[in-house]
Amino acid sequence: MPSVMVRRNDEGKLLFYVAKKDLEEVITKVEVDTAEEWGGEVTLSDGERFYIEPIRPPPAFPTTLRFRRGD
Amino acid sequence: MAALTREETQNLIQEVLAVYPEKARKDRAKHLMINDPSLETAKKCITSNRKSLPGVMTIRGCAYAGSRGVCWGPIKDMIHISHGPVGCGIYSTMGRRHYSNGTTGADIFTNINVTSDFQEKDIVFGGDKKLKTIIDELETLFPLAKGYSVQSECPIGLIGDDIESVSKVKSAEIGKTIVPVRCEGFRGVSQSLGHHIANDTIRDWVLPTREGKDDGFVKTPYDVNILADYNIGGDIWPSRMLLEEIGLRVIAQVPGDGTLMEMEKSIHAKLNLLHCYRSMNYVSRHMEEKYGIPWMEYNLFGPTKIEASLRAIAERFDDRIKDGVERVLAKYKPQWQAVVDKYRPRLEGKTVMLYVGGLRPRHIIGAYEDLGMVVVGTGYEFAHNDDYDRTVKEMGDATLIYDDVTAFELDEFVKKLKPDLIGSGIKEKYQFQKMGFPFRQMHSWDYSGPYHGYDGFAIFARDMDMTLNNPCWGEMKAPWLRPAAPPESQAA
Repeated sequence: MPSVMVRRNDEGKLLFYVAKKDLEEVITKVEVDTAEEWGGEVTLSDGERFYIEPIRPPPAFPTTLRFRRGD
Repeated sequence: MAALTREETQNLIQEVLAVYPEKARKDRAKHLMINDPSLETAKKCITSNRKSLPGVMTIRGCAYAGSRGVCWGPIKDMIHISHGPVGCGIYSTMGRRHYSNGTTGADIFTNINVTSDFQEKDIVFGGDKKLKTIIDELETLFPLAKGYSVQSECPIGLIGDDIESVSKVKSAEIGKTIVPVRCEGFRGVSQSLGHHIANDTIRDWVLPTREGKDDGFVKTPYDVNILADYNIGGDIWPSRMLLEEIGLRVIAQVPGDGTLMEMEKSIHAKLNLLHCYRSMNYVSRHMEEKYGIPWMEYNLFGPTKIEASLRAIAERFDDRIKDGVERVLAKYKPQWQAVVDKYRPRLEGKTVMLYVGGLRPRHIIGAYEDLGMVVVGTGYEFAHNDDYDRTVKEMGDATLIYDDVTAFELDEFVKKLKPDLIGSGIKEKYQFQKMGFPFRQMHSWDYSGPYHGYDGFAIFARDMDMTLNNPCWGEMKAPWLRPAAPPESQAA
């Protein structure tokens, strides 16, 4: 259950940052990304996947969220 | 020496690693890479921020060095107590040349080494009482100090002293900020974790003090913080002058020549300007999340990078700043052009190898290139993956990049690559000078500086020329090892 800071980079893409793991990758895909909900399975640019219960209303970025490692 | 091809560099790495036992060779091979600027990420090519290999010489520091020496040390109006045995403190006190303005003992305390000097009885019975006494004594000695930080050395964590509770109690009693920092030296693999811990304590103990309160601070749309500029040899002063000249208002310098109050006020800024990404990105990220202050990296080494950085900063503001940048760039053009005209012919085409801490191996490349020099190898002591991601774009193709390089490897690389100049720290300096290589300390600017900004660039160029073209490098051979000169006529 890594604690993840999600923020936008200069191009407006979402970045997935885990300080302890030295991991900072662009989020390429979010399972649920609508006006009401945000979350589900997220895929990073290096192929790793993480999961979070969809949050409603969508959080304001940057924010710190707890993700689960995807299968 | 001419640039190596990819294959030659690969052979060089193999050759150097050949002396290690197999396990060590496998481990060290992961920390060396041949650069390819087209890479998006360096993650697959280089491993970093791992424990150093036992049995080889590393020049890394400890978490205490990262916190006491780097992040907290330059905060000038606080007293930083080295809590633990006497030895650690002195290595972090003004050995780092973080200059500060003021009068020692009255408004600055950066060059005083305060330690609790742990003895056996403190290890056995705990040092909390001693810490209380020290704070009382310091209050009597230096009543003008604005606050204290308690920098733990190794034993504090081992014996489990509760420095947080002492800090809270004493802070309430004397009405000053006391920051307990759990930066015991054994934490982490290098000083990098010390930076992180120090950043976390700034987040927890300093930034919230003015949160949500009306402290009468008058904001302007041009307020910025300079973060992670450590004022080595006075670096922050030319940086600040440049930023102010383009029309920004610098409300806090953290930590170089900075104060506790500036750190508290920094939450009012519009933008965080981050110089050393490695050491203070953590607090920038926090400030972005909590106070909505965006952050950006910038680089004030050499005219090319200054121009790019100032333009990038101006993009975040309105036309007033954009005009200011153009005005400043035009104003300083003749100044730096004169420097380049003078030194470039003397330095053109010379090669450099760097091995520094966590930022300079990539930030300073631009300044060398402005002087026509080529960086053929670079490496970090304690960088993480994201630093290497940024480095691959700065370095030329097929150049060598090394992480936490061992003394042996660096020696061998230097012998093979034969650079015209080496930039590293004091621990390497005499070794390479004795081998006959011109050397500059790039941690402390070799007792020179500042190197930031246009003023700094002039000093940088002069220093590089002074070192590289020094006639002493032609006198490296002992007289009896020189080829025999024709015998002079001996007077009878």
